[in-house]
Order: sequence, then C-alpha cells, then structure tokens
Amino acid sequence: MNRPFIELSDVTLRYGRSDNPEATLALARTTLSIDDGDFVALVGPSGCGKSTILKLIGGLLTPSSGGVVVNGREVGDPRRARIGLAFQNPTMLPWLTIRDNVMMPLKIVEPFRSAYRRMKHSEYADRAEALLAAVGLKGFGAKRPWQLSGGMLQRASLCRALIHEPQLLLLDEPFGALDQFTREAAYLANRICVMSARPGRILEDRMVGFPRPRDVAMSYAPEFSELVQALRLRIAEARAPGEPPATPTEEAA
Amino acid sequence: MNALTSLSPRLRQRLMSAAAIVALFLLWELACVAFKVSSIVLPRPSEIFTVLFTKLPLMWPHATQTLYTTLLGFALGTLAGVLIGAVIGMSRVAYDVAYPILVGFSSIPKVAVVPIFVVWFGAGTVPAVLTSMVICMFPVVVNIATGLAHTEPELQDVLKVLGARKLDILWNVGLPRTLPYLFASLKIALTLAFVGTVLAETIAANKGIGNMMMIASGNFDVPLVFAGLFILAAMGVALYVASALIERRFTGWAQRGNELPNG
Ligand SMILES: Nc1ncnc2c1ncn2[C@@H]1O[C@H](COP(=O)(O)OP(=O)(O)OP(=O)(O)O)[C@@H](O)[C@H]1O
Ligand SMILES: [Mg+2]
Repeated sequence: MNRPFIELSDVTLRYGRSDNPEATLALARTTLSIDDGDFVALVGPSGCGKSTILKLIGGLLTPSSGGVVVNGREVGDPRRARIGLAFQNPTMLPWLTIRDNVMMPLKIVEPFRSAYRRMKHSEYADRAEALLAAVGLKGFGAKRPWQLSGGMLQRASLCRALIHEPQLLLLDEPFGALDQFTREAAYLANRICVMSARPGRILEDRMVGFPRPRDVAMSYAPEFSELVQALRLRIAEARAPGEPPATPTEEAA
Repeated sequence: MNALTSLSPRLRQRLMSAAAIVALFLLWELACVAFKVSSIVLPRPSEIFTVLFTKLPLMWPHATQTLYTTLLGFALGTLAGVLIGAVIGMSRVAYDVAYPILVGFSSIPKVAVVPIFVVWFGAGTVPAVLTSMVICMFPVVVNIATGLAHTEPELQDVLKVLGARKLDILWNVGLPRTLPYLFASLKIALTLAFVGTVLAETIAANKGIGNMMMIASGNFDVPLVFAGLFILAAMGVALYVASALIERRFTGWAQRGNELPNG
C-alpha cells in the first residue's frame, strides 16, 4: 500500500464545453495526493474550486484532463472506495423523512444493500436514530427536511455521510463556513492545503504537527495562534482583489 | 344567515356548493315548465331522476361495462405512458428523437383511430379499451419525461456519490421526484380515458353507457340519454375524487404550504 489513497494528477476542470468561451476554468493542473488514514483540510478563498475537488474525488465530475484515482481505481469504477460526502448545501430528498434520508446509503451500498432487502430495516432505522441522537437531533427522525433549520440539515447530512462506514469521508464546509473555520481546520486536521483563487491550484501544503489528542487549551497556545494567523494571511493573499471573504472548506480522508 | 356563518369554513363551502347544484336543477326544472320545453328536446331533471331510478337495473350493466373499460384502458395507458416516459426522460437522445413523433401522434384526433381498431379487432370491448388507452397515454408520457428530464442534478448526486446504478437513481430519485407530475397527468388521463371509452362505445360497441345512449337517442328516449349523461358525470366525479385522494397520500411532500384541494 505504497500508493496514496487519493491521487489527483495534473487535473484540469472546466465547467461547460471547452469550445465555449464562457466556460469557467475551475481547476488548472492541480496535483494532490493524500495517504490512507490522513486528515486533510483544504482551505482557500470562495469560488476557488474546493467543492469542485471534492466532487472530482467523489466521482460526480470527470476531469477535463488529468487523472483522479481513489483507492487505486479510476473514478467511475463501481468497485472504488466507499465514500461518504456531506454536501455544502445539504440536499435531502424532500419526499423522505430525515431518518429515511439518513438510511439512504444503506439502501444503495453493499454489503448493507443485500441486508436491507433481508428486512434488516428496523435495525438500520435504530442505527440512523442513534447517529441522529449523537448530533443532537434526537426525535427529529420522523420530520421532513423542510421542517429543519439549515444547521440541523447539515448535521443530518453528516449522519448520512457516516452511516455506511465510509473509507473516505468528504465534508464540504461542515461547520457553517467562514473565517472561523480556519481555526477549526488547524485544530482538527493533520495537514492543510491552501488553494489559490480561481482557477484553483494548491499554493501551500502544510503539516500540522501538534500532538494528539489535542485539547481546547492547545488552541490558545501561541504556536497555534501563529499557525492560524499565517493561514489566514495566506488565504487573504490568495483572494483576488474585490472577491468576497474567504469561505474555506474541509476534506478528510 | 347567522347559523351559516357560525359553521366551519369548510363545511360552509360544502353546503354552498351543494346548494348551488340544487339551485341549478331547480332553475332548469322551472325554465322547462315556464317555456313549455318538450321532453324530447330537454327533459326536466325530475323526469331524468325518475328514469334514473326506474331504469337503474337496465342501466347498471352498461355502467359497470363503461367503468371497467375506462379503468382497464386507463391502467394500460398509464403503464405504457410511464414506461415510454421513463425511457424518453432518462436519455437525452431518446428525448430529442421521440418528442416530435409524440407530438404528431398526440395531435391526431382520436376519433380517427376507432375505425382502425374496429377493423383490427372487431366491434366490442377491445377497441374501446384501446381507444381509451391511446387517448390517455400521451399526457402521462409527456409529464413523466418532463419530470425526469428536469430532476435536479443535486438530488441525483446524493446517490451517484454512493456508486448507485442508473436504475437505483431512477427508482429512488427520478420516480419519486416525478410523482407530482405523474399525478397531475393522471387526473387528466382519467378524464381522457373516460372520453375515449364513451367515444368508442358510441361508435362500435354493443354494451356500455355510450352505446346505451346511442340506442336511446335512436328511439327518441331523450330522458334516458340524459340519465346516461348523469351517470357519466357521477362516474367522472367519483374517479376524480379517488385520484385526488391517492395523490394527496403520495405527494404530500410537494404540496406543503398550499391549501390541499378538497376532493
Ligand atoms: N455547475 C457549475 N457550472 C459552472 N460553473 C461552476 C459550477 N460549479 C462551480 N462553478 C464555478 O467553479 C468555480 C469553483 O467552484 P467551487 O464550488 O468549487 O468553489 P468553492 O471553492 O467550493 O467555493 P465556496 O468556498 O464558495 O464554496 C466557481 O468560480 C464557480 O463559478
Ligand atoms: Mg464550495
């Protein structure tokens, strides 16, 4: 297992057809590799292509050029890694209850899929309820998506990303966005990649060496503040003039 | 008036529509008496209801035949419509290729197909079922195809990222998303299936309300013709109410906020 778990090599992504002059170049020749078991945060100004990278890894987009390999397989291979993705705007299927939304991956992904058919339904429902309770949504399982607030939906969507025990967890702005997140990213991740403004490239790749387990006191240590400060400065530089404030994103492997 | 305003708004609405129907019949009855309209031209409602009650045993088999033909044609038409619509809605190419053909077919006046069905299958139940099927199929096809083609990509992404197959996505996202479109079309399709059935029955059948009305009008039994009309109206309303109830059960998620239609 010497090969990195995720490999983006020279990936360019253009939204729209390449002969269309109005096509948006979202990523330009981005290279990034992430090892198994690593926890990487991806930060950068708004619109720089963070969500685009996550969608590429999740197999929702095909690169215009370059390659995306996850778990040794080209994206599009149905046997690639089990992926949990929490979207930036947590799309819940409006005709299902929150519980059924959370259980959706179990209905699709093997090996749960076969068991779902064999009437493990109530066991899975309990599992969904337990996850919902863990994020403070106890008793909301039977509600419909529109009956929840934005933050509650985001928590529910986190449950949906976790329920099928994914090998790869992709979280797109999991903590409600904005500058505050740089702090959270530094606190949680092993490694932080700072991206440039669009078209996105990786500007800086930084290890976060603080020992684990990390406690809250650590986040007030001077080294920590310095790191956060440096990161924010880097993002501010990366932001094109006139752009809105940075909205960093995180990704974890 | 005071007693009326103290009722719940919903009940008041019901009472008022019932009153409007009764008033319409009274007006009709009075007009016929006042202008001495012959019952061969326009029978009075009281005559029609008398016929309805006295000849019910005679009309009953015709009514069930019409209902049976309508429901069978509707079921087949819906099934075919959903299948064709799903194929067209799932693939861009099929959508582009099939749409003009569909528009062409759906603009043929359906009376024109009845003789063809009669040539193929002989007079009787089969042409009526087929007419009602083809006539009610098109709105279903168009609505399913449109609904599927317009399913939000974000909703599909939820499943795609899990490595779902195309059929999984159709079953778990495409079809539920399309259900409101389907039900909107089913209400139209049901009415059309009914039209198709009666149409075919008046042309080439030996049973059914349409056939009975044709024979009755040949015998100048105009009250019986109108009685047939009333039965058709009652059946139409019953079918509509049934489909509205089923719709509410399955697509409540799409109707939040709006007042639910009362039957
Ligand atoms: N479906 C799309 N069609 C066309 N352009 C798109 C599409 N999605 C994103 N883009 C463009 O690609 C660029 C990168 O978008 P992306 O969503 O990856 O940014 P982001 O880094 O996640 O931003 P934010 O932090 O605001 O969420 C943006 O400039 C956007 O305009
Ligand atoms: Mg984003």
